[in-house]
Amino acid sequence: MSELHSTTLTVNGKQYTRDVDPRMHLADFLRHELGLTGTHLGCEHGVCGACSIIVDGRVVRGCLMLAVQADECEVTSVEGLAGSGGLSLLQEAFRECHALQCGFCTPGMLMTLTAILAENPNPSEAFLREELSGNICRCTGYSGIVKAALTVAASLRGRKGEAA
Amino acid sequence: MLSELDGAKLIAGGQSLVPMLNMRYVFVENLIDINRVQGLSSVERPSPDVARIGAMTRQRDILADPLLRDRAPVVGEALRFVGHLHTRNRGTIGGSLAHMDPAAELMNIATLLDATVHVESTRGGRDIAIGEFPLAFMTPQLDADEMIVAVSFNLPRAGHGWSFHEFAQRHGDFAIVAVGAIVEVEPDGLTVGDARIVLSGVDFAPQRLRDAEDILKSRGPEATGAAAACAAGVEAISDAMASGAYRQHLARILTGRALSQAFDRARGASLQ
Repeated sequence: MSELHSTTLTVNGKQYTRDVDPRMHLADFLRHELGLTGTHLGCEHGVCGACSIIVDGRVVRGCLMLAVQADECEVTSVEGLAGSGGLSLLQEAFRECHALQCGFCTPGMLMTLTAILAENPNPSEAFLREELSGNICRCTGYSGIVKAALTVAASLRGRKGEAA
Repeated sequence: MLSELDGAKLIAGGQSLVPMLNMRYVFVENLIDINRVQGLSSVERPSPDVARIGAMTRQRDILADPLLRDRAPVVGEALRFVGHLHTRNRGTIGGSLAHMDPAAELMNIATLLDATVHVESTRGGRDIAIGEFPLAFMTPQLDADEMIVAVSFNLPRAGHGWSFHEFAQRHGDFAIVAVGAIVEVEPDGLTVGDARIVLSGVDFAPQRLRDAEDILKSRGPEATGAAAACAAGVEAISDAMASGAYRQHLARILTGRALSQAFDRARGASLQ
């Protein structure tokens, strides 16, 4: 058994300090140590995208990062998307556009699209489909997912237009 | 630490190493995280025609780098095939080269650009030419106490043509065959000043197609078909994904496409 490392990180705005086994993955840490089971683990080797989370502003695989590596990092998981006002725009659009079927891939899809839309509020459908190639939906419900993202992008642009 | 601890391994972005740990292909006693080591993650230009990429530069930042976009666009073209947004956000160039996966696009690009790998240890530093870097399957010429600190290469001449093509089962998967090409065409449009073609996925290390390069240099862009035919003659591995014969077939087709596109781009650049 290896020695535990004290790790302090912020998850969805709340700071946690835990003694962590260095072999524990960040996604397992969220689920087992913090009880945040919204992050799903599918393949556990970086292919399926179900465990996608945002670390310091960038979307990463929760299964390919060790929890100790997230020391002093800011992590957002799917539980952090909804605010006090209810679901995020993207979550709302997922509901409207029937973008989830069994729901297993949904947390990863939401985190990936949240990161993409934050950087590029004007994505083309082709761009979204290419970027989403790192998230697999075995229900093959991609049409609804892409539609939801395009809907949010359009409404973000509309808001910007109003502000201007 | 690397020279003192037993069974120690560096972890950079972890996008090759962690899957291997997860699958129990690799066991380490001590993992040394170099993610917070300063000064290893930038693209620099030590002289006007040289680019030097720090080992810990994330693939995503290399993809967005303005110097490389402008002077070596083949790097970005190849990086689009490397994993996905998530893995490029973490994965580094040094990590990719250190693993030397036969399908790794960055090994192909480093070979195509005739890069030099800079390594350091407590014993001092040394530079390794990319041609000398591969030793065996997934094994680069690195001693246990050495770490890659940067990769540098001469920027290709302005107006060069370039292309990168890959065949994989799905986007972001391991390449069954990938080809990178760079061509420099003289102003007469008929003489090829320089041609470099690299195949990867066919063997444990990327292969320069020197025969094909010589054909282009002696016979010009019209000899693209003959040059591509050379690609079918490479030694190619057979595995569960594809037979050697199929890889050779793909090598010929992809080399032909890459050269056509590279020459089109070189012509396009000369018309501007």
